[in-house]
Amino acid sequence: MLSLSHYLIIGAALFCLSVAGIFINRKNVIVLLMCIELMLLAVNMNFIAFSHFNQDIAGQVFVFFILTVAAAESAIGLAILVVLFRNRNSINVEDLDAMKG
Amino acid sequence: MNDIALILPEMTLLGFACAVLLLDAFIGKRVPQAAFWCAMIGGLVVLAQLASYVPETAKFGFAGTFRVDVVGTVLKSFMVVLVLVSFFYAREYFAKREMPHGEHYSLALFATLGMMLLVSANSLLTVYLGLELLSLSMYAMVATQRDSVMASEAAMKYFVLGALASGMLLYGMSFLYGVTGTLDLSELLIKVSVAEDKRLLLTFSLVFLLVGISFKLGIVPFHMWVPDVYQGAATPVTQFIGTAPKLAAFGMAMRLLVDGLWGLAEDWQQMLVILAVLSMGVGNILAIAQTNLKRMLAYSTIAHMGYLLLGMLSATASGYAASMFYITVYALMSMGAFGLIILLGSKTSEADELQDLAGLARRSPWFGFIMLILMFSMAGVPPFAGFWAKWFVLKEVVQANYVWLAAVAVMFSLVGAFYYLRIIKLMYFDEPVRNQAVEASQDLKLVLSVNGLAVLALGLAPSALMSVCVSATLPYLPW
Repeated sequence: MLSLSHYLIIGAALFCLSVAGIFINRKNVIVLLMCIELMLLAVNMNFIAFSHFNQDIAGQVFVFFILTVAAAESAIGLAILVVLFRNRNSINVEDLDAMKG
Repeated sequence: MNDIALILPEMTLLGFACAVLLLDAFIGKRVPQAAFWCAMIGGLVVLAQLASYVPETAKFGFAGTFRVDVVGTVLKSFMVVLVLVSFFYAREYFAKREMPHGEHYSLALFATLGMMLLVSANSLLTVYLGLELLSLSMYAMVATQRDSVMASEAAMKYFVLGALASGMLLYGMSFLYGVTGTLDLSELLIKVSVAEDKRLLLTFSLVFLLVGISFKLGIVPFHMWVPDVYQGAATPVTQFIGTAPKLAAFGMAMRLLVDGLWGLAEDWQQMLVILAVLSMGVGNILAIAQTNLKRMLAYSTIAHMGYLLLGMLSATASGYAASMFYITVYALMSMGAFGLIILLGSKTSEADELQDLAGLARRSPWFGFIMLILMFSMAGVPPFAGFWAKWFVLKEVVQANYVWLAAVAVMFSLVGAFYYLRIIKLMYFDEPVRNQAVEASQDLKLVLSVNGLAVLALGLAPSALMSVCVSATLPYLPW
Protein backbone atom coordinates (compact mmCIF):
# COMPACT_ATOMS: atom_id res chain seq x y z
CA MET A 1 0.00 0.00 0.00
CA LEU A 2 1.30 3.44 -0.94
CA SER A 3 1.76 5.74 2.03
CA LEU A 4 1.75 9.54 2.23
CA SER A 5 5.53 9.71 2.17
CA HIS A 6 5.67 7.97 -1.23
CA TYR A 7 3.59 10.75 -2.74
CA LEU A 8 5.60 13.42 -0.97
CA ILE A 9 8.83 11.94 -2.29
CA ILE A 10 7.50 12.04 -5.85
CA GLY A 11 6.34 15.60 -5.27
CA ALA A 12 9.72 16.62 -3.90
CA ALA A 13 11.56 14.88 -6.74
CA LEU A 14 9.45 16.62 -9.38
CA PHE A 15 9.89 19.92 -7.61
CA CYS A 16 13.68 19.55 -7.43
CA LEU A 17 13.81 18.50 -11.08
CA SER A 18 11.89 21.58 -12.14
CA VAL A 19 14.02 23.96 -10.05
CA ALA A 20 17.17 22.34 -11.39
CA GLY A 21 15.73 22.65 -14.90
CA ILE A 22 15.19 26.38 -14.46
CA PHE A 23 18.71 26.98 -13.19
CA ILE A 24 20.72 24.56 -15.32
CA ASN A 25 18.96 25.15 -18.63
CA ARG A 26 20.88 27.73 -20.65
CA LYS A 27 19.51 27.06 -24.11
CA ASN A 28 15.79 27.38 -24.50
CA VAL A 29 13.16 29.58 -22.90
CA ILE A 30 10.40 27.08 -23.75
CA VAL A 31 12.08 24.55 -21.52
CA LEU A 32 11.87 27.12 -18.73
CA LEU A 33 8.10 27.32 -19.25
CA MET A 34 7.88 23.53 -19.12
CA CYS A 35 9.84 23.50 -15.87
CA ILE A 36 7.46 26.03 -14.36
CA GLU A 37 4.49 23.81 -15.29
CA LEU A 38 6.24 20.80 -13.78
CA MET A 39 6.78 22.74 -10.57
CA LEU A 40 3.08 23.53 -10.26
CA LEU A 41 2.24 19.87 -10.92
CA ALA A 42 4.62 18.82 -8.15
CA VAL A 43 2.74 21.12 -5.80
CA ASN A 44 -0.56 19.67 -6.99
CA MET A 45 0.72 16.19 -6.18
CA ASN A 46 1.46 17.33 -2.63
CA PHE A 47 -1.92 18.97 -2.20
CA ILE A 48 -3.85 15.95 -3.42
CA ALA A 49 -1.84 13.56 -1.28
CA PHE A 50 -2.34 15.68 1.82
CA SER A 51 -5.98 16.18 0.98
CA HIS A 52 -6.53 12.41 0.66
CA PHE A 53 -4.65 11.41 3.79
CA ASN A 54 -6.08 14.26 5.91
CA GLN A 55 -9.62 13.43 4.69
CA ASP A 56 -10.15 17.10 3.83
CA ILE A 57 -11.50 18.34 0.51
CA ALA A 58 -10.00 21.86 0.59
CA GLY A 59 -6.66 20.70 -0.82
CA GLN A 60 -8.30 19.30 -3.91
CA VAL A 61 -10.23 22.53 -4.44
CA PHE A 62 -6.93 24.37 -4.25
CA VAL A 63 -5.58 22.10 -6.99
CA PHE A 64 -8.36 23.16 -9.36
CA PHE A 65 -7.42 26.79 -8.78
CA ILE A 66 -3.74 26.06 -9.35
CA LEU A 67 -4.53 24.29 -12.62
CA THR A 68 -6.60 27.23 -13.83
CA VAL A 69 -4.00 29.79 -12.86
CA ALA A 70 -1.27 27.65 -14.45
CA ALA A 71 -3.15 27.81 -17.75
CA ALA A 72 -3.37 31.62 -17.54
CA GLU A 73 0.25 31.78 -16.54
CA SER A 74 1.49 29.75 -19.48
CA ALA A 75 -0.67 31.81 -21.84
CA ILE A 76 1.04 34.99 -20.62
CA GLY A 77 4.44 33.29 -20.65
CA LEU A 78 4.02 32.22 -24.27
CA ALA A 79 2.75 35.66 -25.23
CA ILE A 80 5.87 37.24 -23.74
CA LEU A 81 7.94 34.62 -25.54
CA VAL A 82 6.41 35.61 -28.89
CA VAL A 83 7.15 39.29 -28.21
CA LEU A 84 10.69 38.39 -27.21
CA PHE A 85 11.26 36.30 -30.32
CA ARG A 86 9.99 39.08 -32.59
CA ASN A 87 12.44 41.52 -31.04
CA ARG A 88 15.50 39.33 -30.81
CA ASN A 89 14.98 36.46 -33.26
CA SER A 90 16.17 34.08 -30.59
CA ILE A 91 14.77 32.24 -27.59
CA ASN A 92 18.17 31.33 -26.25
CA VAL A 93 18.43 31.97 -22.51
CA GLU A 94 22.05 33.05 -22.86
CA ASP A 95 21.01 35.83 -25.23
CA LEU A 96 18.95 37.54 -22.52
CA ASP A 97 21.78 39.86 -21.56
CA ALA A 98 20.83 43.36 -22.73
CA MET A 99 20.89 44.60 -19.13
CA LYS A 100 23.67 44.00 -16.63
CA GLY A 101 25.07 45.45 -13.42
CA MET B 1 -23.07 41.84 6.93
CA ASN B 2 -23.40 39.61 3.94
CA ASP B 3 -20.61 38.45 1.66
CA ILE B 4 -21.42 40.67 -1.28
CA ALA B 5 -21.40 43.82 0.82
CA LEU B 6 -17.96 42.95 2.16
CA ILE B 7 -16.45 42.48 -1.27
CA LEU B 8 -18.28 45.41 -2.86
CA PRO B 9 -15.18 47.60 -3.54
CA GLU B 10 -13.45 44.67 -5.25
CA MET B 11 -16.50 43.91 -7.36
CA THR B 12 -16.81 47.54 -8.38
CA LEU B 13 -13.17 47.59 -9.35
CA LEU B 14 -13.61 44.44 -11.41
CA GLY B 15 -16.56 46.03 -13.19
CA PHE B 16 -14.58 49.18 -13.98
CA ALA B 17 -11.54 47.20 -15.12
CA CYS B 18 -13.73 45.31 -17.62
CA ALA B 19 -15.42 48.58 -18.65
CA VAL B 20 -12.03 50.19 -19.31
CA LEU B 21 -11.04 47.21 -21.43
CA LEU B 22 -14.24 47.40 -23.50
CA LEU B 23 -14.20 51.18 -23.81
CA ASP B 24 -10.66 51.09 -25.09
CA ALA B 25 -11.45 48.32 -27.57
CA PHE B 26 -14.56 50.02 -29.00
CA ILE B 27 -14.02 53.78 -28.80
CA GLY B 28 -10.31 53.92 -27.94
CA LYS B 29 -9.43 55.17 -31.44
CA ARG B 30 -11.96 58.01 -31.45
CA VAL B 31 -11.75 59.02 -27.78
CA PRO B 32 -8.21 58.20 -26.64
CA GLN B 33 -8.84 59.60 -23.15
CA ALA B 34 -11.88 57.41 -22.47
CA ALA B 35 -9.93 54.60 -20.82
CA PHE B 36 -8.06 57.03 -18.59
CA TRP B 37 -11.13 58.83 -17.32
CA CYS B 38 -13.10 55.62 -16.84
CA ALA B 39 -10.24 54.21 -14.78
CA MET B 40 -10.04 57.42 -12.72
CA ILE B 41 -13.78 57.40 -12.01
CA GLY B 42 -13.60 53.72 -11.10
CA GLY B 43 -10.77 54.37 -8.67
CA LEU B 44 -12.63 57.23 -7.01
CA VAL B 45 -15.80 55.16 -6.63
CA VAL B 46 -13.80 52.34 -5.05
CA LEU B 47 -12.11 54.82 -2.74
CA ALA B 48 -15.48 56.17 -1.63
CA GLN B 49 -16.73 52.64 -0.99
CA LEU B 50 -13.63 51.79 1.02
CA ALA B 51 -13.98 54.94 3.11
CA SER B 52 -17.68 54.38 3.72
CA TYR B 53 -17.20 51.10 5.54
CA VAL B 54 -14.36 50.64 8.02
CA PRO B 55 -15.30 47.83 10.43
CA GLU B 56 -14.18 48.06 14.04
CA THR B 57 -13.44 44.37 14.34
CA ALA B 58 -12.47 42.06 11.50
CA LYS B 59 -15.40 40.82 9.41
CA PHE B 60 -15.18 37.54 7.51
CA GLY B 61 -16.92 36.54 4.33
CA PHE B 62 -17.07 33.75 1.75
CA ALA B 63 -16.68 30.89 4.23
CA GLY B 64 -13.84 32.65 6.00
CA THR B 65 -11.63 33.11 2.95
CA PHE B 66 -12.07 36.87 2.77
CA ARG B 67 -11.52 39.34 5.57
CA VAL B 68 -12.22 43.04 5.94
CA ASP B 69 -10.45 44.85 8.76
CA VAL B 70 -8.92 48.23 9.48
CA VAL B 71 -5.38 47.45 8.38
CA GLY B 72 -6.64 45.95 5.13
CA THR B 73 -8.96 48.86 4.37
CA VAL B 74 -6.26 51.45 5.11
CA LEU B 75 -3.73 49.64 2.91
CA LYS B 76 -6.32 49.29 0.13
CA SER B 77 -7.15 53.00 0.25
CA PHE B 78 -3.46 53.93 0.07
CA MET B 79 -2.96 51.56 -2.85
CA VAL B 80 -5.92 52.93 -4.82
CA VAL B 81 -4.70 56.50 -4.27
CA LEU B 82 -1.20 55.56 -5.44
CA VAL B 83 -2.57 53.81 -8.52
CA LEU B 84 -4.72 56.82 -9.43
CA VAL B 85 -1.78 59.21 -9.07
CA SER B 86 0.36 56.92 -11.20
CA PHE B 87 -2.27 57.14 -13.96
CA PHE B 88 -1.59 60.88 -14.35
CA TYR B 89 2.08 60.18 -14.89
CA ALA B 90 1.32 57.31 -17.28
CA ARG B 91 -1.02 59.43 -19.39
CA GLU B 92 1.66 62.07 -19.84
CA TYR B 93 4.33 59.51 -20.74
CA PHE B 94 2.21 57.75 -23.34
CA ALA B 95 0.84 61.01 -24.78
CA LYS B 96 4.36 62.38 -25.26
CA ARG B 97 5.33 59.25 -27.18
CA GLU B 98 1.98 58.93 -28.99
CA MET B 99 1.66 55.35 -27.82
CA PRO B 100 -1.71 53.62 -27.37
CA HIS B 101 -2.22 53.22 -23.66
CA GLY B 102 -5.72 51.91 -22.99
CA GLU B 103 -4.49 48.49 -21.93
CA HIS B 104 -2.16 50.04 -19.39
CA TYR B 105 -5.10 51.28 -17.34
CA SER B 106 -7.14 48.11 -17.51
CA LEU B 107 -4.13 45.92 -16.64
CA ALA B 108 -3.30 48.29 -13.79
CA LEU B 109 -6.86 48.03 -12.48
CA PHE B 110 -6.74 44.22 -12.65
CA ALA B 111 -3.42 44.34 -10.79
CA THR B 112 -5.06 46.60 -8.20
CA LEU B 113 -7.85 44.08 -7.82
CA GLY B 114 -5.20 41.43 -7.16
CA MET B 115 -3.56 43.65 -4.58
CA MET B 116 -6.87 44.29 -2.83
CA LEU B 117 -7.63 40.56 -2.67
CA LEU B 118 -4.13 39.93 -1.38
CA VAL B 119 -4.44 42.28 1.57
CA SER B 120 -7.93 41.01 2.42
CA ALA B 121 -6.92 37.38 2.24
CA ASN B 122 -7.84 35.12 5.10
CA SER B 123 -7.00 31.87 3.38
CA LEU B 124 -3.93 30.54 1.61
CA LEU B 125 -6.10 30.15 -1.48
CA THR B 126 -7.05 33.84 -1.51
CA VAL B 127 -3.42 34.80 -0.98
CA TYR B 128 -2.42 32.71 -3.97
CA LEU B 129 -5.19 33.99 -6.24
CA GLY B 130 -4.60 37.62 -5.34
CA LEU B 131 -0.89 37.24 -5.82
CA GLU B 132 -1.27 35.62 -9.23
CA LEU B 133 -3.77 38.19 -10.45
CA LEU B 134 -1.33 40.90 -9.42
CA SER B 135 1.73 39.18 -10.89
CA LEU B 136 0.17 38.13 -14.20
CA SER B 137 -1.11 41.67 -14.80
CA MET B 138 2.32 43.07 -14.04
CA TYR B 139 4.13 40.64 -16.39
CA ALA B 140 1.81 41.80 -19.14
CA MET B 141 2.29 45.46 -18.24
CA VAL B 142 6.06 45.15 -18.52
CA ALA B 143 5.67 43.55 -21.95
CA THR B 144 3.19 46.14 -23.32
CA GLN B 145 6.06 48.08 -24.90
CA ARG B 146 6.07 45.53 -27.71
CA ASP B 147 8.89 46.87 -29.86
CA SER B 148 11.41 47.35 -27.07
CA VAL B 149 14.09 44.68 -26.77
CA MET B 150 14.77 45.60 -23.17
CA ALA B 151 11.11 45.56 -22.14
CA SER B 152 10.47 42.11 -23.60
CA GLU B 153 13.62 40.74 -22.02
CA ALA B 154 12.69 42.28 -18.68
CA ALA B 155 9.19 40.77 -18.96
CA MET B 156 10.61 37.31 -19.64
CA LYS B 157 13.00 37.48 -16.68
CA TYR B 158 10.25 38.81 -14.46
CA PHE B 159 7.89 36.07 -15.60
CA VAL B 160 10.29 33.16 -15.09
CA LEU B 161 11.56 34.34 -11.71
CA GLY B 162 8.05 35.31 -10.62
CA ALA B 163 6.65 31.92 -11.55
CA LEU B 164 9.54 30.26 -9.72
CA ALA B 165 8.74 32.32 -6.62
CA SER B 166 5.04 31.51 -6.69
CA GLY B 167 5.95 27.85 -7.17
CA MET B 168 8.08 28.03 -4.02
CA LEU B 169 5.28 29.80 -2.16
CA LEU B 170 2.82 27.10 -3.22
CA TYR B 171 5.17 24.32 -2.16
CA GLY B 172 5.38 25.92 1.27
CA MET B 173 1.60 26.28 1.37
CA SER B 174 1.14 22.61 0.50
CA PHE B 175 3.23 21.55 3.49
CA LEU B 176 1.49 24.04 5.73
CA TYR B 177 -1.81 22.53 4.61
CA GLY B 178 -0.49 19.03 5.11
CA VAL B 179 0.70 19.68 8.65
CA THR B 180 -2.26 21.68 9.90
CA GLY B 181 -5.02 20.35 7.64
CA THR B 182 -6.45 23.80 6.96
CA LEU B 183 -6.07 26.64 4.46
CA ASP B 184 -7.79 29.18 6.66
CA LEU B 185 -5.36 31.70 8.18
CA SER B 186 -7.41 32.17 11.37
CA GLU B 187 -7.41 28.41 11.94
CA LEU B 188 -3.73 28.22 11.06
CA LEU B 189 -3.02 30.77 13.75
CA ILE B 190 -4.46 28.44 16.39
CA LYS B 191 -3.17 25.17 14.96
CA VAL B 192 0.37 26.41 14.48
CA SER B 193 0.71 27.61 18.04
CA VAL B 194 -0.45 24.28 19.49
CA ALA B 195 1.47 22.01 17.07
CA GLU B 196 4.74 21.96 19.02
CA ASP B 197 5.60 18.44 17.85
CA LYS B 198 5.47 19.44 14.18
CA ARG B 199 7.67 22.48 14.59
CA LEU B 200 10.32 21.24 12.15
CA LEU B 201 7.90 20.73 9.26
CA LEU B 202 6.24 24.06 9.96
CA THR B 203 9.59 25.86 9.87
CA PHE B 204 10.34 24.05 6.62
CA SER B 205 7.19 25.40 5.02
CA LEU B 206 7.82 28.83 6.54
CA VAL B 207 11.11 29.02 4.63
CA PHE B 208 9.29 28.47 1.33
CA LEU B 209 6.64 31.06 2.20
CA LEU B 210 9.34 33.57 3.04
CA VAL B 211 10.98 32.98 -0.34
CA GLY B 212 7.71 33.96 -2.01
CA ILE B 213 7.24 37.04 0.18
CA SER B 214 10.87 38.13 -0.26
CA PHE B 215 10.57 37.80 -4.00
CA LYS B 216 7.49 40.01 -4.09
CA LEU B 217 9.14 42.65 -1.93
CA GLY B 218 12.41 42.32 -3.85
CA ILE B 219 14.62 41.33 -0.95
CA VAL B 220 18.14 39.92 -1.32
CA PRO B 221 18.80 37.09 -2.28
CA PHE B 222 15.53 37.07 -4.28
CA HIS B 223 16.07 40.49 -5.85
CA MET B 224 17.51 39.46 -9.24
CA TRP B 225 14.44 40.60 -11.14
CA VAL B 226 14.24 44.07 -9.60
CA PRO B 227 17.07 45.93 -11.44
CA ASP B 228 16.28 44.39 -14.83
CA VAL B 229 12.55 45.00 -14.62
CA TYR B 230 12.96 48.54 -13.31
CA GLN B 231 15.38 49.39 -16.10
CA GLY B 232 13.71 47.51 -18.94
CA ALA B 233 10.07 48.44 -18.39
CA ALA B 234 8.57 51.71 -19.60
CA THR B 235 8.93 54.31 -16.84
CA PRO B 236 5.23 54.49 -15.85
CA VAL B 237 5.18 50.70 -15.58
CA THR B 238 8.28 50.80 -13.39
CA GLN B 239 6.61 53.48 -11.34
CA PHE B 240 3.51 51.34 -10.95
CA ILE B 241 5.52 48.26 -9.95
CA GLY B 242 7.59 50.28 -7.50
CA THR B 243 4.69 51.77 -5.56
CA ALA B 244 1.31 50.14 -4.87
CA PRO B 245 2.42 46.47 -5.22
CA LYS B 246 5.02 47.08 -2.50
CA LEU B 247 2.19 47.96 -0.13
CA ALA B 248 0.39 44.81 -1.26
CA ALA B 249 3.49 42.71 -0.62
CA PHE B 250 3.71 44.23 2.85
CA GLY B 251 0.06 43.36 3.40
CA MET B 252 0.70 39.82 2.21
CA ALA B 253 3.64 39.48 4.60
CA MET B 254 1.43 40.69 7.45
CA ARG B 255 -1.36 38.28 6.56
CA LEU B 256 0.90 35.25 6.25
CA LEU B 257 3.44 35.89 8.99
CA VAL B 258 1.39 37.69 11.62
CA ASP B 259 -2.22 36.66 11.00
CA GLY B 260 -1.33 33.09 10.07
CA LEU B 261 2.03 32.04 11.41
CA TRP B 262 2.29 34.05 14.58
CA GLY B 263 3.20 30.83 16.38
CA LEU B 264 6.45 30.73 14.42
CA ALA B 265 7.36 34.35 15.19
CA GLU B 266 10.68 33.37 16.79
CA ASP B 267 11.70 31.58 13.62
CA TRP B 268 10.67 34.23 11.14
CA GLN B 269 12.19 36.98 13.23
CA GLN B 270 15.59 35.33 12.86
CA MET B 271 15.13 34.83 9.13
CA LEU B 272 13.99 38.42 8.63
CA VAL B 273 17.09 39.68 10.44
CA ILE B 274 19.32 37.91 7.89
CA LEU B 275 17.21 39.07 4.93
CA ALA B 276 17.16 42.66 6.21
CA VAL B 277 20.94 42.86 6.66
CA LEU B 278 21.59 41.33 3.23
CA SER B 279 19.07 43.62 1.57
CA MET B 280 20.35 46.83 3.13
CA GLY B 281 23.93 45.87 2.35
CA VAL B 282 23.63 44.61 -1.21
CA GLY B 283 21.08 47.25 -2.22
CA ASN B 284 23.03 50.24 -0.94
CA ILE B 285 26.44 49.07 -2.14
CA LEU B 286 25.42 48.01 -5.65
CA ALA B 287 23.40 51.21 -6.15
CA ILE B 288 26.66 53.18 -6.02
CA ALA B 289 27.95 51.43 -9.13
CA GLN B 290 24.94 52.30 -11.33
CA THR B 291 24.89 54.89 -14.09
CA ASN B 292 21.26 54.32 -15.07
CA LEU B 293 18.88 56.22 -12.81
CA LYS B 294 16.10 53.62 -12.96
CA ARG B 295 18.55 50.86 -12.15
CA MET B 296 19.97 52.89 -9.30
CA LEU B 297 16.47 53.42 -7.92
CA ALA B 298 15.93 49.67 -8.24
CA TYR B 299 18.87 48.94 -5.97
CA SER B 300 17.70 51.68 -3.67
CA THR B 301 14.31 49.90 -3.51
CA ILE B 302 16.08 46.71 -2.49
CA ALA B 303 17.81 48.59 0.31
CA HIS B 304 14.58 50.27 1.42
CA MET B 305 12.81 46.91 1.61
CA GLY B 306 15.54 45.84 4.04
CA TYR B 307 14.60 48.76 6.28
CA LEU B 308 10.94 47.81 5.95
CA LEU B 309 11.75 44.38 7.40
CA LEU B 310 13.33 46.02 10.45
CA GLY B 311 9.93 47.14 11.67
CA MET B 312 8.28 43.79 10.96
CA LEU B 313 10.92 41.70 12.66
CA SER B 314 10.39 43.47 15.97
CA ALA B 315 7.04 41.60 15.96
CA THR B 316 5.06 44.20 17.91
CA ALA B 317 2.05 46.29 16.95
CA SER B 318 4.15 49.46 16.97
CA GLY B 319 6.73 47.72 14.77
CA TYR B 320 4.07 46.94 12.16
CA ALA B 321 2.87 50.53 12.35
CA ALA B 322 6.45 51.72 11.75
CA SER B 323 6.78 49.38 8.76
CA MET B 324 3.47 50.52 7.36
CA PHE B 325 4.58 54.14 7.70
CA TYR B 326 7.86 53.24 6.00
CA ILE B 327 6.29 51.51 3.03
CA THR B 328 3.75 54.30 2.49
CA VAL B 329 6.40 57.01 2.61
CA TYR B 330 8.67 54.94 0.39
CA ALA B 331 5.90 54.49 -2.19
CA LEU B 332 5.32 58.24 -2.22
CA MET B 333 9.03 58.99 -2.68
CA SER B 334 9.57 56.49 -5.47
CA MET B 335 6.38 57.72 -7.17
CA GLY B 336 7.94 61.17 -7.25
CA ALA B 337 11.39 60.02 -8.36
CA PHE B 338 10.02 58.03 -11.32
CA GLY B 339 7.63 60.90 -11.99
CA LEU B 340 10.62 63.18 -12.45
CA ILE B 341 12.10 60.76 -15.00
CA ILE B 342 8.78 60.90 -16.87
CA LEU B 343 8.86 64.70 -16.68
CA LEU B 344 12.36 64.91 -18.14
CA GLY B 345 11.74 62.33 -20.86
CA SER B 346 10.90 63.30 -24.40
CA LYS B 347 9.60 61.44 -27.41
CA THR B 348 13.06 60.23 -28.35
CA SER B 349 14.69 59.78 -24.98
CA GLU B 350 13.72 58.08 -21.76
CA ALA B 351 15.99 60.42 -19.73
CA ASP B 352 16.89 57.62 -17.37
CA GLU B 353 20.66 58.07 -17.27
CA LEU B 354 22.24 59.88 -14.35
CA GLN B 355 23.79 62.34 -16.80
CA ASP B 356 20.31 63.47 -17.86
CA LEU B 357 19.93 65.05 -14.44
CA ALA B 358 23.09 67.12 -14.77
CA GLY B 359 22.40 70.79 -14.24
CA LEU B 360 18.68 70.24 -13.68
CA ALA B 361 18.63 73.03 -11.09
CA ARG B 362 19.53 75.48 -13.84
CA ARG B 363 17.18 74.04 -16.44
CA SER B 364 14.27 73.99 -14.03
CA PRO B 365 14.93 75.29 -10.51
CA TRP B 366 11.55 74.20 -9.18
CA PHE B 367 11.81 70.55 -10.27
CA GLY B 368 15.44 70.48 -9.22
CA PHE B 369 14.15 71.43 -5.79
CA ILE B 370 11.44 68.73 -5.88
CA MET B 371 14.05 66.11 -6.75
CA LEU B 372 16.24 67.51 -3.96
CA ILE B 373 13.39 66.89 -1.49
CA LEU B 374 12.90 63.35 -2.79
CA MET B 375 16.58 62.45 -2.69
CA PHE B 376 17.15 63.92 0.78
CA SER B 377 14.06 62.07 1.93
CA MET B 378 15.26 58.76 0.48
CA ALA B 379 18.64 59.28 2.11
CA GLY B 380 16.88 59.85 5.43
CA VAL B 381 17.84 63.47 6.06
CA PRO B 382 15.61 65.44 8.45
CA PRO B 383 13.13 67.11 8.18
CA PHE B 384 11.85 65.02 5.25
CA ALA B 385 9.44 62.09 5.55
CA GLY B 386 12.13 59.50 4.83
CA PHE B 387 13.95 60.51 7.99
CA TRP B 388 10.93 59.75 10.15
CA ALA B 389 10.35 56.47 8.34
CA LYS B 390 13.88 55.35 9.20
CA TRP B 391 13.62 56.82 12.70
CA PHE B 392 10.46 54.85 13.54
CA VAL B 393 11.79 51.49 12.32
CA LEU B 394 15.15 51.99 14.03
CA LYS B 395 13.39 52.83 17.28
CA GLU B 396 11.45 49.56 17.04
CA VAL B 397 14.60 47.57 16.36
CA VAL B 398 16.35 49.06 19.37
CA GLN B 399 13.32 48.34 21.55
CA ALA B 400 13.34 44.73 20.34
CA ASN B 401 16.92 44.46 21.67
CA TYR B 402 18.65 44.33 18.30
CA VAL B 403 20.93 47.30 18.92
CA TRP B 404 23.63 45.87 16.65
CA LEU B 405 21.10 45.60 13.84
CA ALA B 406 20.17 49.27 14.25
CA ALA B 407 23.86 50.16 14.08
CA VAL B 408 24.28 48.12 10.88
CA ALA B 409 21.20 49.80 9.39
CA VAL B 410 22.52 53.28 10.15
CA MET B 411 25.90 52.38 8.66
CA PHE B 412 24.35 51.15 5.45
CA SER B 413 22.16 54.23 5.22
CA LEU B 414 25.36 56.30 5.36
CA VAL B 415 26.62 54.27 2.41
CA GLY B 416 23.29 54.93 0.72
CA ALA B 417 23.49 58.67 1.35
CA PHE B 418 26.43 58.76 -1.07
CA TYR B 419 24.47 57.98 -4.20
CA TYR B 420 21.50 60.14 -3.26
CA LEU B 421 23.77 63.10 -2.59
CA ARG B 422 25.59 62.41 -5.86
CA ILE B 423 22.32 63.12 -7.68
CA ILE B 424 21.93 66.39 -5.81
CA LYS B 425 25.52 67.29 -6.72
CA LEU B 426 24.76 66.45 -10.38
CA MET B 427 21.67 68.65 -10.37
CA TYR B 428 23.11 71.65 -8.57
CA PHE B 429 26.80 71.79 -9.40
CA ASP B 430 27.30 70.16 -12.81
CA GLU B 431 26.91 71.71 -16.22
CA PRO B 432 23.76 70.65 -18.07
CA VAL B 433 24.31 68.31 -21.04
CA ARG B 434 21.32 69.76 -22.86
CA ASN B 435 20.23 73.25 -22.07
CA GLN B 436 16.61 73.21 -23.15
CA ALA B 437 13.85 73.92 -20.66
CA VAL B 438 11.76 71.08 -19.25
CA GLU B 439 8.60 70.56 -21.27
CA ALA B 440 5.54 68.90 -19.81
CA SER B 441 1.83 69.44 -19.41
CA GLN B 442 0.47 71.49 -16.54
CA ASP B 443 -1.23 68.41 -15.03
CA LEU B 444 2.02 66.56 -14.69
CA LYS B 445 3.83 69.55 -13.24
CA LEU B 446 1.05 69.99 -10.69
CA VAL B 447 0.93 66.30 -9.71
CA LEU B 448 4.69 66.07 -9.38
CA SER B 449 4.87 69.25 -7.30
CA VAL B 450 2.13 68.04 -4.97
CA ASN B 451 3.89 64.68 -4.74
CA GLY B 452 7.21 66.25 -3.77
CA LEU B 453 5.63 68.70 -1.35
CA ALA B 454 3.66 65.86 0.26
CA VAL B 455 6.99 64.23 1.16
CA LEU B 456 8.08 67.51 2.75
CA ALA B 457 4.74 67.98 4.53
CA LEU B 458 4.80 64.44 5.91
CA GLY B 459 8.30 65.16 7.16
CA LEU B 460 7.11 68.25 9.00
CA ALA B 461 4.02 66.51 10.39
CA PRO B 462 4.73 62.77 10.45
CA SER B 463 2.17 62.17 13.19
CA ALA B 464 -0.70 62.65 10.72
CA LEU B 465 0.23 59.48 8.80
CA MET B 466 1.72 57.70 11.79
CA SER B 467 -1.50 57.96 13.80
CA VAL B 468 -3.38 56.30 10.91
CA CYS B 469 -0.79 53.50 10.82
CA VAL B 470 -0.92 53.05 14.60
CA SER B 471 -4.70 52.83 14.67
CA ALA B 472 -4.66 50.41 11.73
CA THR B 473 -2.29 48.02 13.48
CA LEU B 474 -4.00 48.41 16.86
CA PRO B 475 -5.76 45.02 16.63
CA TYR B 476 -2.34 43.36 16.85
CA LEU B 477 -1.71 44.83 20.31
CA PRO B 478 -2.58 41.86 22.54
CA TRP B 479 0.15 39.74 20.99
